[in-house]
Amino acid sequence: MLNLTANTFKHGVHPPENKEETNGLPIRQFPFAPLIILPMQQHIGAPSQIIVREGQEVARGQLLAKANGYMSVPMHSPVSGKVRKIANVPVISGQMAQGIYLEPFPFSSQEVIEGNPIPLSASPEEILQGIQDAGIVGLGGAAFPTHVKLKIPEGKTCEHLIINGIECEPYLTTDHRVMLEQADDIFMGIRYLLKVTGAKGVIIGIEANKQDAADHLSGRIPKDLPVKVQVVPVKYPQGAEKMLITSLLGKEVPSGGLPIEVNAVVVNVATTAEIGRLLPHGQGIQERVVTITGPAIRKKGNYLIPIGTPLRYVLEQVGASENISEVYMGGPMMGVSASNLDISIVKGTSGIVVFGDNDIKKTEKIYPCIKCGACVDACPIFLNPSKLGILAKFEAYETMAEDFNLMDCFECGSCSFVCPSNIPLVQYFRLSKGIVRKRKAALQT
Amino acid sequence: MTILIALLTLGGLTLLLALMLTIANKKLYVYEDPRIDVVEGMLPHANCGACGYPGCRPFAEALVNGEMLPGKCTVSSEDGRKAIAEFLGVDAGSEEKRVARLACAGGLNVAINRAKYEGLTTCRGEALISGGSKGCSWGCLGHGDCETVCDFDAISMNEFGLPVVDEAKCTACGDCVEVCPKDLFSIHPVSHRLWVACKSLEAGDGVLEDCEVGCTACGKCAMDAPNLISMVHNLPVIDYSKNHQIQVPIQRCPTGAIVWIDEKKGIIKGAEAKKIIRKGKKMLGES
Ligand code: SF4
Ligand code: SF4
Ligand code: SF4
Ligand code: SF4
Repeated sequence: MLNLTANTFKHGVHPPENKEETNGLPIRQFPFAPLIILPMQQHIGAPSQIIVREGQEVARGQLLAKANGYMSVPMHSPVSGKVRKIANVPVISGQMAQGIYLEPFPFSSQEVIEGNPIPLSASPEEILQGIQDAGIVGLGGAAFPTHVKLKIPEGKTCEHLIINGIECEPYLTTDHRVMLEQADDIFMGIRYLLKVTGAKGVIIGIEANKQDAADHLSGRIPKDLPVKVQVVPVKYPQGAEKMLITSLLGKEVPSGGLPIEVNAVVVNVATTAEIGRLLPHGQGIQERVVTITGPAIRKKGNYLIPIGTPLRYVLEQVGASENISEVYMGGPMMGVSASNLDISIVKGTSGIVVFGDNDIKKTEKIYPCIKCGACVDACPIFLNPSKLGILAKFEAYETMAEDFNLMDCFECGSCSFVCPSNIPLVQYFRLSKGIVRKRKAALQT
Repeated sequence: MTILIALLTLGGLTLLLALMLTIANKKLYVYEDPRIDVVEGMLPHANCGACGYPGCRPFAEALVNGEMLPGKCTVSSEDGRKAIAEFLGVDAGSEEKRVARLACAGGLNVAINRAKYEGLTTCRGEALISGGSKGCSWGCLGHGDCETVCDFDAISMNEFGLPVVDEAKCTACGDCVEVCPKDLFSIHPVSHRLWVACKSLEAGDGVLEDCEVGCTACGKCAMDAPNLISMVHNLPVIDYSKNHQIQVPIQRCPTGAIVWIDEKKGIIKGAEAKKIIRKGKKMLGES
């Protein structure tokens, strides 16, 4: 069924997939850690506002913090237990940010309390509110509040709802397992999403290396749903919204624009499943599926891990080897290398990939750009990373932004991946984007 | 004959153009105070912006227009400022000398690195990768972006990988303030000699695991100078509008996080501050 002439975007790269070790392993429940550490900033936007006190006893699923404005989501308790402390907790950005230390009751049944169900018959506004109330954010890794993404701006219409089951990031099999095991939740989620967006058709995009998931879902599409499963060739970064839209619809989202400009909305498949699972019960997110893999892990697998479980505890449980060298939160391409094992699993953690000392090639010497053009051929959005890299070296940040579209770079890492001179191109671009943003903000005030 | 025609044509053309230029020069002349050029010549040409103007020439214009006093230029020498003041017939104006101060003392002999970092060898680059490898989230990363950016060679990295500001050379231009990804620099009048050299918002012994000279928020300094110092978010905050020319608050600090920056002797710690003898790199788990 693999269709090699199928449409896909131009450029891109083919990193080794390394998915075979975990894609056959069913999702397993992870034990509760003796101490749960919950940062309030788990999404893009304002941190949630804590509404519990120190010493208070909370039930699993109870609201711990409410959304702080529209661009924010609430946080629910992942365990039944006691609030030990409200203090600064380490987060992946390397800062310390406000959070809650929770101590689970050791003998509790850990039953989840029910909230106000949002039936399918509810109005689109009520469903959007329900999605925010459930604390749902993009589970693919970006952690952008889903209700904000689903709000169709005035004057625009959504024709295509795209469910993103691509998972092009090497090593990760989270979405793959979700598609194989939570088909009913996914279709339930699609019903809610159709109602909210008013889309006429649904395409579930899946990469060709997950043919079993595509077959599984195709065979279960409810008769009354306008759903189509489309398999696309394996290529990185196929899962990036704009690339996926190009592959599935053959349209290009304009620079700086959102998918709605081409009448599409893209939602991650695990996020969809979560909407379908939580809304009928009015519950909030308490756990998520995380792929834990990499050469330095003994018990690799796909685990359902309570949000807030400390990374250190996770690594102990899965038998990480002694000489861990690199821990990626997310995958090795777009994930972040953790500098601290005291951070915890957050809503945006789609995978943990761990390498030991001997498993990775150490960064070799950085050579000057030889103008081979490999990066230009890799960049899926047709930037010129070679030129940008040279400009970054000379700190010509304004030129990069104005003449070479720096701000369109979404940091997929394809350019660094292919560069024979080991130039850390994406790191340069992240840095440059940050500086440009800072200078712009300074000009405005 | 041909030569004559050529000469006449060109000569005529030259005269005509010269005439046009002369008229243009008269009609379109914009008066510019000649003193601006002179004053600009007397300024140090550093174009550093410390005066608040984009460069030396705009500042010279402001001086001539009487909007500013020469004292605002912190790069000129005392004599240079006087000369400009005399030339313009104004008061030199006095501006207290200001310098950049660093709010971190965690060199590699006292502060651990939790991870190994590979990549761009700049502080700003490292800070992108989950905040960098340093144990303390707030601490100096030590690649010396500030040293590179300083146009006046006022910053040098010491043997422990910490930037040291040469008060005499620093012009308070603020470039280091802007470049540091950890926001460790701020500009202060030199008279601010009582100084908190730590930015950690943590409290208690947890701080010491990451850095031996961090502020543990014990509050002793605030107790000893209750009107001057208050504890805010686990850090002492000095109210420089009060009398701060006292060394009392540093005396009981157990880690030496609050210091006295002496003009001659450099950084002075209190009597009870833990003595640091380690010269090499501090390793994870070492106490
Ligand atoms: S320039 Fe940006 S978008 Fe292009 S390949 Fe590099 S990281 Fe990806
Ligand atoms: S891949 Fe590297 S060496 Fe080749 S052109 Fe791009 S930056 Fe230069
Ligand atoms: S003070 Fe800031 S810029 Fe200077 S070395 Fe330290 S982290 Fe880098
Ligand atoms: S960069 Fe910093 S240290 Fe150098 S002159 Fe400017 S303010 Fe002073």
